[in-house]
Amino acid sequence: MRELIRKLVETYGPSGAEEKIRAAIRAEVTSLADEVRVDPLGSLIVRKQGSGEGKRIAVAAHMDEIGIMVTYVDEKGFARFTRIGGVLPLTCVGARVLFASGVTGVISVENKRDDPGKVPRFEQLYIDVGASSRDDCPVRVGDAAVFIQPFAVQGTRLIAKAMDDRIGCAVLIETLRRLKHTPHDVHFVFSVQEEVGLRGAYTSAYGIEPDMALAVDVTRTGDTPECYPMAVELGKGPAIKVQDTGMISHPVVRELLVQRAEAGHIPYQLEVLEGGSTDAAAMQLTRAGVPAGCISIPCRYVHSPSEMVDERDVENGVRLLLEVLQAN
Amino acid sequence: MMLKELSEATGVSGDEENVRSILLRAIREHVDEVRVDALGNILALKRGTTQNGLRVMLAAHMDEVGLMVVGHDGDGFLRVRTVGGVDPRLLPGAALEVGPDHLPGVIGIKPIHLLKSGEEQQVPSIEDLVVDIGATSKDEATKLAPPGTYITFATRFREGSITVSGKAFDDRAGCAVLVEIVRGERFPFDLHAAFTVQEEVGLRGARVAAYAIAPNCAFVLEGTVADDLPKDKDSSPTTRLGHGPAITLMDNTFIAHRGLVRLLTDTAEALGIPYQFKQPGIGGTDAGAIHTSREGVPSATVAVPCRYIHSPVSLLNLDDFNNTITLMREALARLTSSTLRSDL
Repeated sequence: MRELIRKLVETYGPSGAEEKIRAAIRAEVTSLADEVRVDPLGSLIVRKQGSGEGKRIAVAAHMDEIGIMVTYVDEKGFARFTRIGGVLPLTCVGARVLFASGVTGVISVENKRDDPGKVPRFEQLYIDVGASSRDDCPVRVGDAAVFIQPFAVQGTRLIAKAMDDRIGCAVLIETLRRLKHTPHDVHFVFSVQEEVGLRGAYTSAYGIEPDMALAVDVTRTGDTPECYPMAVELGKGPAIKVQDTGMISHPVVRELLVQRAEAGHIPYQLEVLEGGSTDAAAMQLTRAGVPAGCISIPCRYVHSPSEMVDERDVENGVRLLLEVLQAN
Repeated sequence: MMLKELSEATGVSGDEENVRSILLRAIREHVDEVRVDALGNILALKRGTTQNGLRVMLAAHMDEVGLMVVGHDGDGFLRVRTVGGVDPRLLPGAALEVGPDHLPGVIGIKPIHLLKSGEEQQVPSIEDLVVDIGATSKDEATKLAPPGTYITFATRFREGSITVSGKAFDDRAGCAVLVEIVRGERFPFDLHAAFTVQEEVGLRGARVAAYAIAPNCAFVLEGTVADDLPKDKDSSPTTRLGHGPAITLMDNTFIAHRGLVRLLTDTAEALGIPYQFKQPGIGGTDAGAIHTSREGVPSATVAVPCRYIHSPVSLLNLDDFNNTITLMREALARLTSSTLRSDL
């Protein structure tokens, strides 16, 4: 699965510009699916036909990643920008960004600011693409870029940008590869625009009209120095979401996940997330309501250019999802 | 002039009747079907010249920001709250129209002769302001303007040679553009015009309008922020007056569909119509509600740049206004189902 993960995290795909990542995922799943379609907002929906006696289940992982968008190019060719999704100014200074065209930029900060000791504000940051004037600047207003960092493996830890949520995409693809028989009509959703407001999940779930919905996404951990307390650690298994700030998991779905984990002897943790949410929150509220839950892959440094997950949690996430989809 | 009539009509969010009746009169003879939905949106259909199955929604919101009476105080003053985003700095000294009978009102403020030292530096909050309609008792004030009474800025429309000024260009400018399009030639597809309610308080009308129409794509027509005042640093203006229609790429509520943006820019370039991109990451429009309706609606927003929106008076450039109409007409004439492909 490492090669798949590397390919997914290194592919460009900020919210609203998911063409490249969609094409990459499509290439992986087409031969495994009974039907592949793209909905009007761009989410990729991959259907695996069940044997008929089960439910219609939507499983969503978002393929977009956070990034930045150019708002202005000044006379000297420096670009000002706004964020796409929850980018933190703290992780911007010194970071490199990559545009769809292949142009690389460096983010830096104004020297002469009134509060040099503080975390800079976005309007104090700029991107240097090596241009010398507005006319020779290779980027223009509206161009989007993603943060870049090489994929690295350290023991069982995997480190990359965009683990949120390409690791969820990897779990879905790997599950699809291993899923030979299921009673359920399973719709794997690679959703767009999660980072800017769960937008692709609303529309794709409306179209699928599922009986049950699961998101597979990353969650934060409570195992780093002086961090906020949270009972989720890297390497202790996929986390079964109890609640986050956007959703309370349906108790039946949560119980199903716990039962399947225990039946399959799969390590798991229970997750209460105090900041953030996932596509499950949107899917839960479509049409007349959908029982929803979430399998979370514990991830350190979410929304930084170096997000870290544990390979064993990813593998156990696949096993848990398989257990759920294969059971009646 | 349509824009004059629309600008001078009162229609704070939730009280759009005056604007609605002007618009119904303006479009009735030019559409095949028209109705007012449960929330008060006007939904009109102008059938296409072909039956290509494409349903295109064009939306502009009828409501404007304003104030609402919430209580009465002292010798007959009105306590008020804002409806939508009104900057309290702009209220002292503003002339107002109160209620359905357009009673003249002013913001009650202490005369400069009586201010204590330093008081002139402070911006009173909305809780500290009162509206004065000249009532002489609490009972009289309550009778003339009971709780729930809407208040708008009392601003006449004025025409210059290149600009016009007036209130509520956000979004009566968009409404006026949409009227012109509805009154024009038919397109190959079915055009669904929606004049929406309650945009300023949370895109509420557009949400249900889009659900009812179930369009294949949508364009939102707006009057948007032009923030091109002199600045001390070389940084972006949101939009600039006189530089053409402003196309949104991304704001706080949606990311524009790239195929629709390309249709707009290709059309503008082919015909030599000036255009600009609105600075990404600012504001929001009805497109935020429309694009996530049902299975999703590829959407774009095109706006007439207006200086000083959400204030008692805004200013727009007539070339920008006319170019917005031309750009929309020409772009719509070039729209096909392949424009909506998501893999462009």
